[in-house]
Amino acid sequence: MASALDLAAAVRSGARSARSVTEEHLAAIDAREGEIHAFNLVTRDEALAAADAVDAAVARGEDPGPLAGVPVALKDNLCTRGVPTTCSSRILEGWRPPYDATVVERVLAAGGIPVGKTNLDEFAMGSSTENSAFGPTRNPRDTSRVPGGSSGGSAAAVAAGFAPLALGSDTGGSIRQPAALCGVVGVKPTYGAVSRYGLVAFASSLDQIGPFAATVDDAALLLDVISGHDRRDSTSIDAPPTALLGDGADVAGLRVGIASELTDADGIAPEVRVAVERAAAALEAAGASVERVSVPSTVYGLSAYYLIAPAEASSNLARYDGVRYGLRVEGADVEEMNAATRDAGFGPEVKRRIMLGTYALSAGYYDAYYGQAQRVRTLIMRDFAAAYELCDVLLSPTAPTTAFAFGAKTADPLAMYLSDICTIPTNLAGHPAMSVPFGLGADGLPIGVQVLAPALGEATMFRAARVVEAAGVAS
Amino acid sequence: MSEPTPSARITRADVEHVARLARLALTEAEAEEFTEQLAVILDHADDVAGLDLDGVPPTAHPLPVTNVLRPDVRTASLDRDEVLEAAPAAEDGRFRVPRIMGEG
Repeated sequence: MASALDLAAAVRSGARSARSVTEEHLAAIDAREGEIHAFNLVTRDEALAAADAVDAAVARGEDPGPLAGVPVALKDNLCTRGVPTTCSSRILEGWRPPYDATVVERVLAAGGIPVGKTNLDEFAMGSSTENSAFGPTRNPRDTSRVPGGSSGGSAAAVAAGFAPLALGSDTGGSIRQPAALCGVVGVKPTYGAVSRYGLVAFASSLDQIGPFAATVDDAALLLDVISGHDRRDSTSIDAPPTALLGDGADVAGLRVGIASELTDADGIAPEVRVAVERAAAALEAAGASVERVSVPSTVYGLSAYYLIAPAEASSNLARYDGVRYGLRVEGADVEEMNAATRDAGFGPEVKRRIMLGTYALSAGYYDAYYGQAQRVRTLIMRDFAAAYELCDVLLSPTAPTTAFAFGAKTADPLAMYLSDICTIPTNLAGHPAMSVPFGLGADGLPIGVQVLAPALGEATMFRAARVVEAAGVAS
Repeated sequence: MSEPTPSARITRADVEHVARLARLALTEAEAEEFTEQLAVILDHADDVAGLDLDGVPPTAHPLPVTNVLRPDVRTASLDRDEVLEAAPAAEDGRFRVPRIMGEG
């Protein structure tokens, strides 16, 4: 399969037309989408129109941009002007946003081709894409297994060859965990490095948009395009875009730490732990030093997250009230209408988290739960800061196991939440982290190794990730 | 609501109260199921609730930014008709909703 970098180079030089590249990917979608269900909507017309515009620019002698002619799949919680954006929820079914998310604008301006809106757990709440109101996505590596979540559709789209690139969002692991389970690269950038304007909010202090790709360099290409300051997001860091492509620096002298608590946690499969050790050995062979590092408070990460994220969600999702957009179920007065609309429009996991968050914020419980979780967040940030005094990057598993079977965790919400035990602490700290494929488990399914870095440490993280990627391919 | 101790198990009455606060008209079966499931999740959260964190300041947000302001310059906003077109009900350039206040 051609990389996004090769496809863009071919289109920019005139060696290939954007239309032929787009038609080839639409044909791949036609061949297998019925089985995979990566998309809520395939935007064939928009894709071909964008491709023709890229070809016209090339014909005029203009440069269409670094993503020229490259199909990009967009998670269906990213607003696309005039194109339905559902968050895989009945409550937004049929809604057409009146504006594009900043990342969508930037992808289009760079010559990217919007091929469709990808499936997700409803409002990005889940780790398997089984919580979608429109049916689950299947893992292209084994269709009896989940693709992970919440960005399961984006991960599956890249793994199935439907698009070389995709965008997802990551609140507690929703890019990295599905990337690991589908055998692709997934990046959660530093909080604030990528504008969240036009991303439908789940938990605003944790949400971050990031790329999926088949290779580390393709992920770098897309992150370079979408990152950088945006006035329309008040949490956007006032820094230039990343410049990860063409960074030829190696890892000689790099200090690598294996994050003990994230690697030795209960439930981590031994084969996943072995993959982390082997990735570390590859970095050491390439000139890095490796040691074990403790990040003790991360053991409280899951508990803190499942108080903070639902609390923020219960507030953010108050906007779905049957008044301004989406579903309305009539009632005798406004309160009845609100409650009937929300009961009919939200699925069980979304209701569960709204209930949990409302409870954690309610009178008498606020300090014991929400306040306490925020203090734990401080401890986790302090522990990471101490670890990054000793190390430049950290390694851990991305997910405890390879892809699990449909229905394996749906009856037990807590078991599902444990899928994100290795990824959640990064979101609480606001740091970048990425998942890189590293060989296969005994069941023949992909294992992901997570590379973590301090805030704005993307360049160092990608240097380490390139070495891990090469070692993973060789394994 | 019952006593504000974190280890107290969430009751069916708590769930009904919270559903009302969250504007969710739960069915009988949902209320039953959530009472069970929220209790399990909150039990897990008790490892955090039970920590002695006196003197540790809370973190609400990972970035040290406050009060980000834009220049006070008029810019285009969303088109009103386009926005109202997406609303379940609109009238005279406004969102239309059912009765808000009781009679009298």
